[in-house]
Amino acid sequence: MERLQYEVEARGAATARKPVLVGVTASGNCEVLVEAGGAPERCAIDVHTAAQGFGPIWQAVLRDFGERHAAGGLKIEIHDVGATPAVVSLRLDQALEAWEDDDA
Amino acid sequence: MRKRFFEASARERVHGVVDTDSFHEFLPPEARVSSPHMVMLEQPAAFDDGIVVGAATLDGRPVLVAAQEGAFLGGAIGEVHGAKLVGLIERARAERPAAVVILFDSGGVRLHEANAGLIAVSEIIRAVLGARAEGLRFIGLIGGAGGCFGGTGLIARCCDALVMSEEGRLAMSGPEVIETVRGVEEFDSRDRALVWRVTGGKHRYLLGEADAFVEDDIEAFRAAAIHLLDTPAEFSLESVEREHARLAERWQRFGSSTDAPEIWQALGVPADADVAMMNADEFVAMAAHCPGRNA
Repeated sequence: MERLQYEVEARGAATARKPVLVGVTASGNCEVLVEAGGAPERCAIDVHTAAQGFGPIWQAVLRDFGERHAAGGLKIEIHDVGATPAVVSLRLDQALEAWEDDDA
Repeated sequence: MRKRFFEASARERVHGVVDTDSFHEFLPPEARVSSPHMVMLEQPAAFDDGIVVGAATLDGRPVLVAAQEGAFLGGAIGEVHGAKLVGLIERARAERPAAVVILFDSGGVRLHEANAGLIAVSEIIRAVLGARAEGLRFIGLIGGAGGCFGGTGLIARCCDALVMSEEGRLAMSGPEVIETVRGVEEFDSRDRALVWRVTGGKHRYLLGEADAFVEDDIEAFRAAAIHLLDTPAEFSLESVEREHARLAERWQRFGSSTDAPEIWQALGVPADADVAMMNADEFVAMAAHCPGRNA
């Protein structure tokens, strides 16, 4: 197990939302929990991963994510069981879509 | 368009089975009530420990609902997972909903948590039987990829009624466990036709263990669960003794059978019936004419 914590730059998100969960903690997959919290121009991402030693790849995937989405002011926590970078990006996209869809 | 139960996540199933927008989750993911054991074992946890619990309405009537997430550790029951289910049942004893609906998708005890998982299973069984003795109704739905095996199979058979799809599987020892313990000659766990013949929903329905048989469709599971809210349910010493006698007789009759179709034919399924290829309506209509079903 490795715990990695990042803060990436991102445009501000709508933050008055209920928390959103997508994905599952399962082999080759990950679950992503999105909550409001933190500085409006930053996205804090806390990763718990079963795969050791992939810090630079996480950094790159999460930086791309920050550029793609208005995720500023969000707090994201990921439980990963060896999802590939493509799967992680997909789950993050799915999570932000669910966050934005929620009209609560 | 039909939405498959088999493919859906635990949360998607719950939202599809209960009335639209009626579900209120207890201890949702952001509460982070997850397993302390997985952390100690240096393994990733799930925010909800693999089970969704909450309150909802079903056809306008209050129900408490639990759904296991089969994709997380095979839906296996750990300490927290079990405690969430026991807590829901205790709440049911206080609130008296029309039913407790449990969407099973689990291979049984979570081996990572050993005794804590075993104790959780026994606590769930005790809670179910205690609540049933007070007149509460338990409806189980089985149609997930993880099936319903081991301790979870025991819990399911402690319910008043079960709904199964063909894809759903129910048994005590799972196929791989049997193969590991008794050898591939006894049971080839990779023979998918064999696995579904002897553990699948059609077999369980013919044996009278599943009360309703439906297509792999969340809406069909919902309709069956609504129907079961009002069917007669009995739980007494006499009903348990009757069930034990029925099982003992079944063992006498079928204990030496080597495959499911032998049993089906003894129950009255026509020898030329292509059971595996029948859709739910055809199968249920055929089963209705089996003199031996539920006998």
